[in-house]
Amino acid sequence: MEMNRKDGTALPEGGVLEAPRRTLFQENWHLFKKNRLALAGLVIFIIFFFVAAAGVFLTSGIDPVFNPALVRLQEKLRPPLSKPNLETLKPEEVPTLGIYLFGTDDLGRDVFSRMLQGAWVSLTVGFVAVGIAVVIGVILGGIAGYYGHRQIRLGHLLAAVLIGGGTIGILSGRTAAGVLMVLFGAAVSAILIRMEDSKGRGPIATGLPVLFLNLFSADVLITGLVDIMLCFPVFFLILTVVALLPASMYNIMIVIGLTSWMGSARFIRAEFLSLREQDFVTAAKALGVSDWRIIFRHMVPNAMSPVLVSATIGIASAILIEAGLSFLGFGVPPPHATWGNILSSGKDFLFDAPWLTFVPGFAVLTVVLAFNLFGEGLREVLNPKLRER
Amino acid sequence: MGSSMNIQSSIRVPENGPLLSVQDLKVFFHSDGKISRALDGVSYEVRAGETVCLVGESGCGKTVSALAILGLVPQPPGEIHGGEILFKGKNLLTIDEETLQGLRGKEISMIFQEPMTSLNPVFTIGDQIEEAIMVHEAVEKAEAHRRAIELLTDVGIPSPEERAKDYPHNLSGGQRQRVMIAMALACKPDLVIADEPTTALDVTIQDQILHLFRDLKEKRHMALLYITHNLSVVAEIADRIYVMYSGTIAEVGNVEHIFRDPFHPYTMGLLASLPSRTRKGQSLYSIPGAVPDPAYKPHGCPFNPRCPYVQESCRAEFPEMCDFGDDHFARCPITYRRRKRPLNNEEDNP
Repeated sequence: MEMNRKDGTALPEGGVLEAPRRTLFQENWHLFKKNRLALAGLVIFIIFFFVAAAGVFLTSGIDPVFNPALVRLQEKLRPPLSKPNLETLKPEEVPTLGIYLFGTDDLGRDVFSRMLQGAWVSLTVGFVAVGIAVVIGVILGGIAGYYGHRQIRLGHLLAAVLIGGGTIGILSGRTAAGVLMVLFGAAVSAILIRMEDSKGRGPIATGLPVLFLNLFSADVLITGLVDIMLCFPVFFLILTVVALLPASMYNIMIVIGLTSWMGSARFIRAEFLSLREQDFVTAAKALGVSDWRIIFRHMVPNAMSPVLVSATIGIASAILIEAGLSFLGFGVPPPHATWGNILSSGKDFLFDAPWLTFVPGFAVLTVVLAFNLFGEGLREVLNPKLRER
Repeated sequence: MGSSMNIQSSIRVPENGPLLSVQDLKVFFHSDGKISRALDGVSYEVRAGETVCLVGESGCGKTVSALAILGLVPQPPGEIHGGEILFKGKNLLTIDEETLQGLRGKEISMIFQEPMTSLNPVFTIGDQIEEAIMVHEAVEKAEAHRRAIELLTDVGIPSPEERAKDYPHNLSGGQRQRVMIAMALACKPDLVIADEPTTALDVTIQDQILHLFRDLKEKRHMALLYITHNLSVVAEIADRIYVMYSGTIAEVGNVEHIFRDPFHPYTMGLLASLPSRTRKGQSLYSIPGAVPDPAYKPHGCPFNPRCPYVQESCRAEFPEMCDFGDDHFARCPITYRRRKRPLNNEEDNP
């Protein structure tokens, strides 16, 4: 037995032998490793991450190592792995690798360089959009799950309308009216807060009881919002919004984020509904831990596993949406390359230069598949019910 | 054990008044249009440094009365319908949430029944004890850690440095309950409420935990409100006992009173249904009937459908608390008349 101890030290005080202890992470990693497909997904994800990160450095700056914007019209539509015609090129136009690894497009730009540049777009759009979605989802789902029974009063609605309207007023130039509205809104919320008793019940003092008229619960408001958002065909909603906004990568991230938080909100709400009845939450309350601390320190970590899984798969779908938008010409504006707009420009030469379609298409397929497999693997590890022993 | 030497500890401390005094507390639960009267006018007090037991069967309102002290009764569906809870003279039902939050864990703390689920599974126990300290006291992480280790030592956890790095699932039920106790004691509270802390544990561990409670109480001079349905536990640790039945207090007294000379028929029934050496081989006594549905309580004394001594007056009106002297009270005028005025018996019961 003693030989089995990792560090070979003598028995601890009291002569108690301990079972090898693993942290939660080690435990999960051990389970995750058994799923070959998920492991492959993780490996592809890590490679993709490094390629994309390296891509930013190698394709940007004044004199990038791989110049994705360099036009060589005499070398257009060269197939993959072909050697450049050194006689017609200036020395600085020769591709860094010495060959066109993925060929060239209709303007003679090196597809490999453009793929590198596009990888970073896919990566950041995927992560930032999902990051925004998860933050919104956790906050709204958390409120619905934890404070769901609280009533939304007429006064709350009034305050929200006043403050929101006032902010729009200030932003659109009508400063005086806007400030006045915000102040009114603040006054209404102050009344609501001051006149409530410690248990959050109705007005103690009389006066303005109409402000305390219960409309619906916070849970109804948020789940209603989720249901409404889910009714929209998201892709067309994004198309509309993107068509109205100036085309930029940031707008796309924000729009995708703002339209894909519903899943995580639902997960968090459902988890919170069961967690808040758990003994350890009551125990934390009995220790005098504040609500915010209970939510963010005790409940969110316990509720995160389904969100983590859906976020991983969400990254895949955000990458797909971004590629789709770029394909339709609503995405990141040219000349910046993304996988979607490489694909889009390639479709005109589908039979003459199939690599223009296949390279980005295959890249999107691989990365999305990798994220989905990784997400599935995570789900299996984090949800003990799905575990195969 | 310990039944005869506990009498002196129930001496009143009139200059300070009781540490905790619950007066006529009523907590109702609303569900499906029914109103369940979980607590129907409960009064009890805990004096500084004493151990008070709330005894009663499941559903009689023991846990609700503990949660009410900390303001943790879920509202809705719960509703505090009246009464007051005075802790060091302050009414906990009317102070604001923030002050109450400051009291929880700091001056009053609670230990729950289920050690298996009362610890957060994603943090190490060291983390959780440190949190209990740092929520109320502005101390450095290192200092909190040192105190956490100290607390783990105090509650009898071997190699506390190592255990502090463990997650709850690494510990046994008894150890987890010790951790819960350590968390409850973290800020040296004046009152610890223990809600059936040994019910989920096996008998040997139960005994260890009870001894731990007794030692800690000696050392720290804290008051303990111990909620249980287990009469043998009560006999072992209580200074004073409140027997609860269906949301009301049936009888109050010290161990001697309750176990040797009970006055309420419910207490008598409870004691009669304990297994005993003298009645070996006979089947155990059980009180006939069942606890009333808290939404449909019988009129008058809530125990009257099950009481062997029931009389007309028991069905007519809710019985008064009768003073049997020497801090012994029972809510049974029938026994009171029999015991105190045996000569006038005929007049009272025509």
